[in-house]
Amino acid sequence: MTRHLITARRLTALAATAIVPLAVLGVFFVLPVSGMVGKGFVRHGHLDLGGVLDVLTRPEIQRAVWFTVWTSTAATLLACALGLPAAYVLHRVAVPGRTWIRAVLVVPFVLPTVVVGVAFQLLIGPGGPLSFLGLDGSPVAIVAGLVFFNASVVIRVVGGAWESLDPRPGEAAAALGASPRQVLRDVTLPALRPALVSAATVVFLFCATAFGIVLTLGGLRYSSVETQIYLLTTDLLDLQGAAALSVLQLLVVTLLLLAAARARRTPDAAVARARSRVRRPARGDLPALAATLLLLLLVVGPIVTLVVESLRVDGAWSTANYRALQTPGSHQALLVPVTDAVVNSLRIAVDATWMSLLLGLAVAAVVTRRSRNRSERRLRAVLDGLFMLPLGVSAVTLGFGFLITLGRPPLDLRDSPLLIPVAQALVALPLVVRVLVPVLAGVDDRLRQAAATLGASPVRALLVVDLAVIWKPLLAAAGFAFACSLGEFGATSFLVRDDRPTLPVVIFRLIGHPGDLNFGMALAGSVVLGGTTALVMLLVERLRVPSVGTF
Amino acid sequence: MTALSVRGLSVVYDGTPAVVDAELELADGRVLAVLGPSGCGKSTLLRAIAGLEPTAGRVSWHGQDVSATPTHRRGFALMFQDGQLFPQLTVARNVAYPLRLRRTPRPAAAARVAELLDLVGLAGFDDRLPTTLSGGERQRVALARALAASPRLLLLDEPLSALDAGLRQRLAQDLRRILLEAGTTALMVTHDHEEAFAVADDLAVMRAGRIVQSGPIADVWRTPVDLDTALFLGYARVLDGRVADGLARAAGLPEGRPVAVRRSALTVSDDGSLVGEIVDVRTTPGQLRLVVGTDLGELDAVASLDRRLAPGDVVRLRVDPSRTAILAGPVDAPEGALD
Repeated sequence: MTRHLITARRLTALAATAIVPLAVLGVFFVLPVSGMVGKGFVRHGHLDLGGVLDVLTRPEIQRAVWFTVWTSTAATLLACALGLPAAYVLHRVAVPGRTWIRAVLVVPFVLPTVVVGVAFQLLIGPGGPLSFLGLDGSPVAIVAGLVFFNASVVIRVVGGAWESLDPRPGEAAAALGASPRQVLRDVTLPALRPALVSAATVVFLFCATAFGIVLTLGGLRYSSVETQIYLLTTDLLDLQGAAALSVLQLLVVTLLLLAAARARRTPDAAVARARSRVRRPARGDLPALAATLLLLLLVVGPIVTLVVESLRVDGAWSTANYRALQTPGSHQALLVPVTDAVVNSLRIAVDATWMSLLLGLAVAAVVTRRSRNRSERRLRAVLDGLFMLPLGVSAVTLGFGFLITLGRPPLDLRDSPLLIPVAQALVALPLVVRVLVPVLAGVDDRLRQAAATLGASPVRALLVVDLAVIWKPLLAAAGFAFACSLGEFGATSFLVRDDRPTLPVVIFRLIGHPGDLNFGMALAGSVVLGGTTALVMLLVERLRVPSVGTF
Repeated sequence: MTALSVRGLSVVYDGTPAVVDAELELADGRVLAVLGPSGCGKSTLLRAIAGLEPTAGRVSWHGQDVSATPTHRRGFALMFQDGQLFPQLTVARNVAYPLRLRRTPRPAAAARVAELLDLVGLAGFDDRLPTTLSGGERQRVALARALAASPRLLLLDEPLSALDAGLRQRLAQDLRRILLEAGTTALMVTHDHEEAFAVADDLAVMRAGRIVQSGPIADVWRTPVDLDTALFLGYARVLDGRVADGLARAAGLPEGRPVAVRRSALTVSDDGSLVGEIVDVRTTPGQLRLVVGTDLGELDAVASLDRRLAPGDVVRLRVDPSRTAILAGPVDAPEGALD
């Protein structure tokens, strides 16, 4: 057989594995997003580029862009400033309860944005324990909310790198007379730079596309690009404006993802990896411990306030808010009881989980197989990047795109029970892929070859070699996807039908309706939702898969 | 005068003792080698002296206790087994790193770097990156960098063991010369006795976390404390009982103690006092290796290559006292090594 034939055969196999995820991505991501964007570009049957560009000169749009940039930058810097010392403390110092604190600090990442919005509102709003700070409705609250979510990303990514950092270069510097501060500056931070850049990029990405938190905390006074897209499409029906913003966002997101991929790839080879022992806390660790404590307070404070408030009715302890979850609320807030929404949410999350797992597994398999030549390697890298895109594309764009492209023939899926799970699966897909890829990439290809030379068929080799290492990460990814899907709000809010809502959507609706009972129910619902996702995440954390929540 | 003094030093790793009650003394300007098999705790001992491990016991310098002093204030530079050069810095900047930490003025630092690179034989390598260097060159840079810190004590962790055999020998001689020229007090750990002999003045033998013998290198060499130490120092066998006494008598040494012999302790010589019949002959590049059956039993011996010998020949053997050693203590495990 000639080399060309072999190459062709390999590429065919590659295409066969990639075809399902690609088709799904094409139909459920590219089609809706381009449909949405196309709506904005084409006016009265003509391509109208000028009109789109004009949108960007509007003052309210420019305000939204500027607001997004500065809040995201501030939140990213703050998340890094708090996350870096916390990563050090939780991964290198033997503080009591280390594993628990680590688990607690991961939870915010999957907490539904709506829940966090409600919790922050309670903490700083009128009558809240921190109301004297006067932060209610201020951008500071939004930045704090963004830090709340994203500090865990910094801890996961940088902490993982820090834990496996070879301690000897630092010791060598210390033995040459470098003080701990000088060791940090000259040795540790340069070695951590790829992880830090990667984390900061992803955090910025999440901050810039945050939706629920800005909507609940910013109200009408502050809007980011993401909430502006929402406003333009739903309230003002200005698709041109929305499309222009979506495209801008897509461009920035792609650039950031490229930068993150580059940061991930850099000098790994030069940095020796070794697992080092944690050491006892010393006096020099005090600032880092203080930062960790501050972060812990920032995370625990809103959650505790939420739980406490959900148990109080008219100034007394009561479970009335929880019992009211069996009703559709007062003032016709909802069409169905909240408990129905809980069941509905769980069902959808289960569907979204298996979908994202199947897709994620296929994608991870495609991008981690060893490439034989440069073009094949490049192809795999492009695929890897392509499936990361849903991470940063506005969930609003995706949701609205679903509505306008998949809600009419030839593809009328509007009433399909799988529509929402598919959308949520796409949102969770990048997270699943990022959990699985490092694991599969870590499997030495020679193990598979060894299995083959011992007489194992490819399927058998897969079972023996890959399954043995992947079942735990797969379980962790499942939990991760499940938690993300439970809390997904942006895309779901577009697609959901009023008679079959999900829990986050119900909570959002309850907040918007007048009446103490409705607000109390929103709190109780938030605790149920937050508690469930937190529980799932804590279980995932027990599996101790290091790649969960890293990018 | 005693510079470094280590008293009752112990290190415990997760409940397992790695170093037990170590005692060491090192005088100014001398080089001490800690010799031991891999895993015996010698690197841990070195790291503990550098202040990189939590320890029990006392490390003092010129009588001053430094046990509580953090690594960077001890003034003990540590050179790692694999150099641990900073990969992002050039050779010159690596060597200049300790000078930069001390805020040495730029011209003075540059002059010192040039001087040190010259000392280690790497003049002109200033702008190279560590990744472009060979293993030996990297170790030389690491040595220059450690010396740039002007350490009170230089700690060397298996400085040559990552290198191949030929290079190791050459670099060991260089290391000795550089340490003497710099007048540095140094402590080196190694598992290679040849390396220890080539570089050090004093020797401490370590086994299973304990220092079993220490002293000037010649003394330790002449009187290994026990069988394992003798074998580790490069003696081929340790003989006991009748065989040992017979050999000691032939060599004019005191009888009644175990005798460690080098492979070349018995040589074929017409004026030898032992008589035996050759059982086996093997040719090596430097000499003939024989097994000779004597009335003491079968013994190893050597002969120069120009002798034509074959199994069955009767030869006379001479015992070279300088290639034997009387053990200071009893043999602990006779059956294993007395075959």
